[in-house]
Amino acid sequence: MKTKKLTLNKNTRMNFVTYGVVIVAYVILQTMVTTGSISSSLKGMLVPICAYVVMAVSLNLTVGVLGELSLGHAGFMSVGAFTGVTAALALQGVVASGPLRLLIGMAVGAVFAAIAGVLIGIPVLRLKGDYLAIVTLAFGEIIKSLINNLYVGVDGSGLHFSILTNKMAMDEIGRIIINGPMGITTIEKLSTFTAGFLLVMVTLIIVFNLVNSRSGRAFMAIRDNRIAAESVGLNVVKYRLMAFVTSAALAGAAGTLFAMNYSTIIANKFDFNTSILILVFVVLGGLGNMLGSIIAAAALTILPEMLRSLQDYRMLIYAIILILVMLVTNNAQLKSLFSRIIPHKKEAADNE
Amino acid sequence: MTFLNYLLSGISLGSIYAIIALGYTMVYGIAKMLNFAHGDVIMVGAYICFFAVSRYHLPPVVGVLAAMAVCTVLGIVVERLAYKPLRAAPSLAVLITAIGVSYFLQNGAQLLWTPNPKVFSSVVGTGRLALFGGQLTVSYVTITTIVSCIVIMIALTWFTGNTKMGKAMRACSEDKGAAQLMGINVNSTISVTFAIGSALAAIAGVLLCSAYPTLVPTTGSMPGIKAFTAAVFGGIGSIPGAFVGGLLLGMIEIFAKAYISTQLSDAVVFAVLIVVLLVKPAGLLGKKVSEKV
Amino acid sequence: MKNTKKLISFIMVVTMILALCSVSALADGEAFKLGGTGPLTGGAAIYGNAAANGAQIAVDEINAEGGIQFELKYEDDTHDAEKAVNAYNALKDWGMQLSLGSVTSAPANATSAENFADRIFALTPSASAPTVIDGKDNVFQMCFLDYPTQGGASAQYISSMGLAEKVGIIWKNDEDYSTGLRNSFVDTAAELGLEIVAETTFAAGNDTDFSVQLTEMQNAGAELVFLPMYYQPASLILSQAAAMGYTPKWFGVDGMDGILTMEGFDPALAEGVMLLTPFNADSEDPATVAFVEKYQELYGETPNQFAADAYDCVYAYKQALEAAGATPDMTNEELNDLMIEQFTTMTFDGLTGTGMTWDETGAVSKGAHGCVIENGAYVGLD
Repeated sequence: MKTKKLTLNKNTRMNFVTYGVVIVAYVILQTMVTTGSISSSLKGMLVPICAYVVMAVSLNLTVGVLGELSLGHAGFMSVGAFTGVTAALALQGVVASGPLRLLIGMAVGAVFAAIAGVLIGIPVLRLKGDYLAIVTLAFGEIIKSLINNLYVGVDGSGLHFSILTNKMAMDEIGRIIINGPMGITTIEKLSTFTAGFLLVMVTLIIVFNLVNSRSGRAFMAIRDNRIAAESVGLNVVKYRLMAFVTSAALAGAAGTLFAMNYSTIIANKFDFNTSILILVFVVLGGLGNMLGSIIAAAALTILPEMLRSLQDYRMLIYAIILILVMLVTNNAQLKSLFSRIIPHKKEAADNE
Repeated sequence: MTFLNYLLSGISLGSIYAIIALGYTMVYGIAKMLNFAHGDVIMVGAYICFFAVSRYHLPPVVGVLAAMAVCTVLGIVVERLAYKPLRAAPSLAVLITAIGVSYFLQNGAQLLWTPNPKVFSSVVGTGRLALFGGQLTVSYVTITTIVSCIVIMIALTWFTGNTKMGKAMRACSEDKGAAQLMGINVNSTISVTFAIGSALAAIAGVLLCSAYPTLVPTTGSMPGIKAFTAAVFGGIGSIPGAFVGGLLLGMIEIFAKAYISTQLSDAVVFAVLIVVLLVKPAGLLGKKVSEKV
Repeated sequence: MKNTKKLISFIMVVTMILALCSVSALADGEAFKLGGTGPLTGGAAIYGNAAANGAQIAVDEINAEGGIQFELKYEDDTHDAEKAVNAYNALKDWGMQLSLGSVTSAPANATSAENFADRIFALTPSASAPTVIDGKDNVFQMCFLDYPTQGGASAQYISSMGLAEKVGIIWKNDEDYSTGLRNSFVDTAAELGLEIVAETTFAAGNDTDFSVQLTEMQNAGAELVFLPMYYQPASLILSQAAAMGYTPKWFGVDGMDGILTMEGFDPALAEGVMLLTPFNADSEDPATVAFVEKYQELYGETPNQFAADAYDCVYAYKQALEAAGATPDMTNEELNDLMIEQFTTMTFDGLTGTGMTWDETGAVSKGAHGCVIENGAYVGLD
């Protein structure tokens, strides 16, 4: 818990550094995009990186700040993606402006993911540790299974829903939006890097303000000693739920952003492996360290693409890098070895 | 009769989950880590046995022993290289490392053995036992799995309860620091735990592929997750809990498919899991640890 | 904050390398740059590798002849739409002029939209969903469309041959390939008055135990079971049914091809299985024999239809490029227009069919052959 040792002042400074890094990165990349000096490969990854950054920061709120292991974060992303895209598609004829539809989609995604967060949060937060983790895992699997069997269509009279079968009573202008396991295949690609950047900024503002508020201090008190927190009169359930639902809502918005970047999205995309991937970002970036999450999310999204020249060995090398990074950053001996090799790391270590 | 047939299928599937869950729970109980690479060790065990039996035509017993030997070595090596350096690190760091190991094993297996599915030939033959004039049939694989599962469970319970090493394991499980002060070599105890867990994984792999004979590099991952669920269901860290959890999970899965919906069976299984954990927050047979104030 | 610094320096390096990559990707103007994405790793790797290998054989043959030269590059998409778009962009940076699309349907839905937007012509070997080509004038398929063609054709075949009156279906309900085939089968069966007595499903994490599905089939008295799925789960279904002593007629689809070449598979289990498939590795057609031999020599296994489809794709490109008089120094837009013109007018003979033609939507028209497995080999059904 690195942030814990820092004074409040340093904390605020760190937050501004984080905003700064994000803004500078955006300006540089956006300039590269407009001048055309960016590779298609990197350009194509900008929006997913933004989505993963939001996912990582929001999960860090649950795992790093609240101290609860969640293995089902992709489930909220899924809820957000499917509800948000459905809303954006259903409004195709009604709202003319693309960015506005995207915004509505993200808002709808966030609201539905928040509702899912409340529904799952009330039972889940009665549990602790690995039991809580397994319930979030179960939740992710349930969402995946349900959406794989969900059919949604839209026609003149509104939305139609159906479970298990694609037969819906729709009039002739009706079209299917969510088609069970085929997911949504008619997405308009509304997401842009700017939209992604704005969502990242909004997420950071929400998370930093929450963490630095009275509630945020309550989250950390609960994380560090739940019983002590309870005994000084903190409403543990309320605060845990607050963090959990905020995290879910942000994940929902990220889901919409992510889905609207592709022409197609399927429920199986948001499986256990995606939840784990986001957890990897959080742990690698450092628990409670938002800037770390941002950088880890970006770096680990780009890394497999960089390794393409290794062909078949790509994912093997990726796995080895992952293991080595975990070992180097968490083992005291290796850490000191590294700081001896690279002298300036030493001051960095002293800063901690 | 249909019901009894479903029940038998459930027990058969459940006993495989149980045998995997036993390995999970052993490692969790002592090392306090969720070893997400366990499912992939199962896959390696199944491949070794496959090559021994189908390629080199060795007797099945040799195949199983070879699988156990290779997996034990693999378990110890992985533990030494990847987990031991993180003994003092936060548990999440170890969890992520385990995921890295899981990716490594899957991709390594794919490079070594190609992604093409292999058909595993059962180590106990494909015969079946007919009961009630053939209305009810039980395959030898099911019988073998259930018997091995019970034998392993009893052996593990005895081992942890009565041997010196077993007692050391329990001591480590309670309190590593105190165990060390009492002269127990915590590192070697954990290594032994990994060795046992991995040998169990090899047996689980052979039995899993004997019952469901398609073998690919990702064979272990889903049963691994299901078995992890089963271990938590029964109370993670508890040996009888893993057995009960595995059996129940298998039966719920089969009954959900049979009587509710094959499409939504996974949703039903996980929903039942959530409900059970709400009623029994530490799993069915888990120890309720009173909190230190 | 130490991790943070390390990560910052890391990402800087990454960005620089990627920036460098973009500069070096220039077409050399001697060979057509042909790119494709497919699952080369992960659970679906068998399909991607087969397609990449098949295409490579065709490219090597064509380059050896002199004349038109190809440079082939396959990138890994791990059967995921997001990774497929990344792979596609990497190919674009490489300078791809013509595309082999994606091997599997879900990634192909994503990449074909990119192909359409970037005006890079695509001919996918095996992504069979209608949504892949729907509304995209420059995306063509080498395989036939599952839904309208194959599922319906199977129902028609069963009905016209009087194979069974009571039919059961087991399908994979979280996969578009399987779901699409099942939907069209059910629709056609309803029109033809074929009675579907039982339908059960399975899903990705749940595809090992089929006892419930098979018991339901048996209890419902299904005389024939339709299996719209790839051969891996199908092999499990066949072995579990045999163990149960349940022996209906089995009817498969093109994804079933490959079942006989699984290492360790007992062909007796597949005895009598019928399937519609455009490619048959046991065919005596000399081109097929030569292809199968070469494939076995290079990759040590028998090619499946994915390999054959990809092989055909490269040859179809060769024919179209020759007919159009295209040269490798043309831009992707020029090639795109030429290819649309050629593919909608040409007739192509390949391993997976003769007299193939394409309509403007990009769908191929070719015959599917009914086959039955007898003594571990395909025998044509008529």
